[in-house]
Amino acid sequence: MQPGFPNTDTPFATTGRSRRGEPWVWLTAAGLTLGVAMALGLFLLILVKGAWSFWPRRIDLMEISTNGVIEKIAGYVTQESQRRDDEGVFHEEIQIFRGNKDLSGEAFKFIDRADVVKTSRPESLLLIERLEYGPAIVHGVALVTPGGRIDVSSPDFEKTLSQTLKDGAETRAQLLRIERKQIGAISREMEALGRAERSGTVDAQTAATRNAQLQKEFEARQAEAAKLRAGLAESSFIGITADGREVTFPAEKLLGVFAANRAGFGERLAEMGHRIWKFLSEDPREANTEGGVFPAIFGTVVMTLVMSLFVTPFGVICAIYLREYAKQGHLVRVVRISVNNLAGVPSIVFGVFGLAFFVYFVGGGVDRMFFADKLPTPTYGTPGILWASLTLAILTLPVVIVATEEALSAVPRGVREAALACGASKWQTIQRIVLPASLPGILTGVILAMARGAGEVAPLMLVGVVKLAPSLPIDDIAPFIHPERKFMHLGFHIYDLGFQSPDAEAAKTIVYATALLLIIVVVTLNLAAILIRNRLKKRFAVSSF
Amino acid sequence: MPAALPESRPDLIRVENFSFHYGEKQAIFDIDMAIPEHRVTALIGPSGCGKSTLLRNMNRMNDLIDGVRHEGDIRLNGISLYDPSVEVISLRKRVGMVFQKYNPFAKSIYENVVFSLRVAGRSNRSELDESVERALKSAALWDEVKDRLHDSAFGLSGGQQQRLCIARAIANQPEILLMDEPCAALDPLATLKIEELITKLKSQYTIVIVTHNMEQATRCSDRTAFLYMGRLIEYGDTVQIFNRPSHPETEAYITGRFS
Repeated sequence: MQPGFPNTDTPFATTGRSRRGEPWVWLTAAGLTLGVAMALGLFLLILVKGAWSFWPRRIDLMEISTNGVIEKIAGYVTQESQRRDDEGVFHEEIQIFRGNKDLSGEAFKFIDRADVVKTSRPESLLLIERLEYGPAIVHGVALVTPGGRIDVSSPDFEKTLSQTLKDGAETRAQLLRIERKQIGAISREMEALGRAERSGTVDAQTAATRNAQLQKEFEARQAEAAKLRAGLAESSFIGITADGREVTFPAEKLLGVFAANRAGFGERLAEMGHRIWKFLSEDPREANTEGGVFPAIFGTVVMTLVMSLFVTPFGVICAIYLREYAKQGHLVRVVRISVNNLAGVPSIVFGVFGLAFFVYFVGGGVDRMFFADKLPTPTYGTPGILWASLTLAILTLPVVIVATEEALSAVPRGVREAALACGASKWQTIQRIVLPASLPGILTGVILAMARGAGEVAPLMLVGVVKLAPSLPIDDIAPFIHPERKFMHLGFHIYDLGFQSPDAEAAKTIVYATALLLIIVVVTLNLAAILIRNRLKKRFAVSSF
Repeated sequence: MPAALPESRPDLIRVENFSFHYGEKQAIFDIDMAIPEHRVTALIGPSGCGKSTLLRNMNRMNDLIDGVRHEGDIRLNGISLYDPSVEVISLRKRVGMVFQKYNPFAKSIYENVVFSLRVAGRSNRSELDESVERALKSAALWDEVKDRLHDSAFGLSGGQQQRLCIARAIANQPEILLMDEPCAALDPLATLKIEELITKLKSQYTIVIVTHNMEQATRCSDRTAFLYMGRLIEYGDTVQIFNRPSHPETEAYITGRFS
């Protein structure tokens, strides 16, 4: 028997600091809590600010006295702040959105709260949405229609107003169809005809005849558009501003009239839903500060999907060679380290690479080979959604390669040996056994790549994103998919609105809304991928050995 | 223990002066043995004695490991496995293998069994159906799974999964079945089933089995080879090896004095 054996000196119950778990538990838990709190805080801020920007607020009519002169202003408070002037006097300032940018030059105004003499909320105040100059705030007066003038007090007013708005929307849709599609098609054909004539595939005689035909059709369309415009020109809405100026809103440019002070909770909620829908479904207007962000949503989603379409097979193929075929030596180790380092390269560098390689080199080559007749106007030799997707595919390639390599190496050796022992070749083993088993892991990599790619902005500014794209990359004009087109992106949209907008104040709310939307789009894309992965996981469930 | 001494059978596999190295380390020293057809030959010996290495050379599974080399030869029906004209894929089609840890694929029971046929390029539906039934019946699993052929193989118990692996190994009708401790991960009941199966299968296949279990070797093998430190110490009829071992090491091992 050794001395002191068995060890009866160690007490069963430990005492002191280590008694109730290690102190590190608290530190790690606190770290996680802090992280979760910050993430939640960020999300809540964006959620609240983003949602708030759609809520229709009541309009105050304020009487402001400056040096004894009383001025009336209608609008709603957007911001409150305090400051001390040079003499140390405390001032409470409010920022008011009063619209009517066409009349007053500035849609926002700062007022000292002490100067506000009287505040009221007359029901006659209306929020007018229009195509130009942002919203207007006026007292409703009358509606002018081809059938005569209808006063606000008339019982027919509501009905006629909604009819006028509906007619206006329909006519605008028709005008869009004529001007963008039909006239667009005619001018495209004229352009093609000109090129064909220059290159000699069409003789001058035929070209001239067809050109004359097209010219005639063009004029007919323009006349049709002019007639539609004239039909609307007879209607307009008349209002009077808080300071007593009469304003006429032509029906062609009138988008909506909302009685902000008369509407009940339900109506305001409906108006909010309507605004959210318009935000999601419409094109932007007025330097992106008004209207919707549909092209940006579409661009983001299409770009991300095309990117994953490129990066997934490419990354998987690279990883298969690296892990399964390459002899694991120094060279492979160097390659693997390089791939990992690629993930740490600043994204703008990829943008520069994409511009130089994809846009100028590949795109320029494609133009010289297939679109020589259009030169010097570039077709593919200019930034576009295809090049942006490819650039981001390279940017996210390391993510997919690393995830796939890990998934491949996690496939148990026993299963591979079993397949080989059944007479399968190495490729058959990879294709039928290893790849299906590692699919969930590969998809995790794709999900991470999508999350990274969808939120990337800097490289896109060089290779295809624009402030305002006239048309979507996929539309109903043959050949339907236009990979050479420039596109809009939610991330860039946020940057553009926040820092490049001519009216930063007007853009502020929309920045939050767009940020919220970007998060929602990225989360939706990820959720879709996660759902697909979980379904695959069930199908290729790996046992627990 | 088999009731009667087995009548002699022609040799199917001949291991000729075979040595094997993993890099610097030599695992097998100059082994010379002949394995008769339609017999169960057991390889026994303590861990690290080279029995699995020898077995895994019979379908050239060790080719997968970097830095291995061999001397001597293994012949199947007189043809060297290392002959340049022998394709390792067609060799493995003739030599099936069952592993220590049951390793079914993440596929249905049906797809597991037909895997070797599919990789051989056969996709005729009725032929596949027929093979599944035959292989599963041979592996004594048909009655248990015939109603759920298209369920995941992972839904089976451990013993069933190992029998599925046997069915998978014999689906493409190999000549030889290599078994690397097929019962090591199974409970006694499942082990008994596999042993019955082995006895049944030897009428159709030549079986080489690596085992750590002395009772198993006596219960189901006809010939036994005792390996120690990479050398073949004794090789003969199972009855003789276990009753009258001629080497003291063999006796020490089978009586459990060292392992």
